[in-house]
Amino acid sequence: MERPATAKAAPDPRSAPFQIRGSVQTILSLRLIAPGDPELFPLLRDRIAHNPEFFRDAPVVLDLAPVADATPIDLEAFAGELRRLRLVPVGVQNAGPAWQAAARAAGLALLGPGGQPGGTGSTTRAEPPRGRPTAPPPRGAGLVITEPVRGGQQVSCPDGDLTVLAPVGHGAELVAAGHIHVYGPLRGRAFAGANGDERAMIFCDQLEAELLSIAGVYLVSEDVDPRLRGKRVRVWCEGERLSIGPVP
Amino acid sequence: MSQVIVVTSGKGGVGKTTSAAAIAAGLAMKGKKVCVIDFDVGLRNLDLIMGVERRVVFDFINVINDGIRLNQALIKDKRVEGLYILPTSQTRDKDALSREGVEKVIEELRQDFDYVICDSPAGIEKGAYMALYFADEAIVVTNPEVSSVRDSDRILGILNSKSRRAEKGESPMKQHLLLTRYDLDRVARGEMLKLEDVVEILSIPVLGVIPQDDMVLQCSNLGLPVVLEPKSIAGQAYMDAVRRLMGETVELRFTTPPKKSFVNWLLRRTA
Repeated sequence: MERPATAKAAPDPRSAPFQIRGSVQTILSLRLIAPGDPELFPLLRDRIAHNPEFFRDAPVVLDLAPVADATPIDLEAFAGELRRLRLVPVGVQNAGPAWQAAARAAGLALLGPGGQPGGTGSTTRAEPPRGRPTAPPPRGAGLVITEPVRGGQQVSCPDGDLTVLAPVGHGAELVAAGHIHVYGPLRGRAFAGANGDERAMIFCDQLEAELLSIAGVYLVSEDVDPRLRGKRVRVWCEGERLSIGPVP
Repeated sequence: MSQVIVVTSGKGGVGKTTSAAAIAAGLAMKGKKVCVIDFDVGLRNLDLIMGVERRVVFDFINVINDGIRLNQALIKDKRVEGLYILPTSQTRDKDALSREGVEKVIEELRQDFDYVICDSPAGIEKGAYMALYFADEAIVVTNPEVSSVRDSDRILGILNSKSRRAEKGESPMKQHLLLTRYDLDRVARGEMLKLEDVVEILSIPVLGVIPQDDMVLQCSNLGLPVVLEPKSIAGQAYMDAVRRLMGETVELRFTTPPKKSFVNWLLRRTA
């Protein structure tokens, strides 16, 4: 008689079939500006091809802010196309009532503004987020790597800066939400501001990179001024292009 | 304490098997008990280079899969005391290598031998993974050319992340650079990378620089580890590398062109 009572009072957490925990994840967002554009998927495929490892099976949220007032498209078909590119659409944000219905029909979660019950009234959107997040995401201490990063290795720091105190080989990849610092030659690829932060920069002692990218704006080795090769530089993003300059 | 050393490169044709044979024979000449294993299942070459291909009865794969005892498969070298070869199968493929099977063989060899040398196949597929997984040290064989150096960099990354030492969080595998086919004339002409350039890119210590030497090919055709040919400069360079591997400090040779004397210059002019 006592046994069921004690079992109920103190369940062994290890024997429980599940636990529910709150968690915070950084998820890529795809801002839909012209979802009906036939060029959308070819362009997206090109973008992914530049960094397939980074995008492979990545969860994606569809940000509907730019098309909030437009007629919803068939999100189920759209999500299917994304899955064909090995992206995993998980939800939508900034969805008005019509878009919310479309998202529900497609099995996508409603996230962020417009997602919470009661937040559906579009009039409450005082200032629609345009272009960039309203507040920078909180950053951790980042990651410091002391061993050489070899070809084929990928080091990623999903929140904060990535610092490497060793050479980064050809074919190696560095991915960071914040800045990337390399105290040594940078011969591989570097993706700073990987979550879209255009203020992120790349710093290195010896620029020999195959590819530089900040917030998705990229520059291949061929397009780097040959006078800057092998130099100590910083790379920053100016609108839709990257600039490289010496470190003072 | 027994040492397991993988001879690897990523790229094919850079001299892995030649180097594995030379270093194994060199260590045995220094009085060590050495076993060299061919991991290139399906494309066996080691027994040819060691000149024992006509004595192969059982092989590495038979030991792993068919219940053959290790000492039935080991071939004792007739020229160097303490040198043994574990050949591989030509009729099977890399899937015949199971991690448990390889581990059992290597652990058994550790009991009896001072050095176990694993001759890795090219590439980064299963055979290469199996050859490096249990190693304590790695000799990365590199030619002074860009593609070989890049593949070596890739292999170094795999050594650091996919070996048993890395997976168990033990002290990292000791890594050595062995630069082979170093042709001083072509380096001087800028057709090949300089030793310093390769070291700068790979940033690991140099075990040896093996000069380009036509006798290497002659020796491998004869089934003779090149260290057994005293006239070969490559053989001498391999012996230097062996001494470094055993902890001695030996200065690098064959990395600078021989000084051209006035007489030589005159002779060449009149020739």
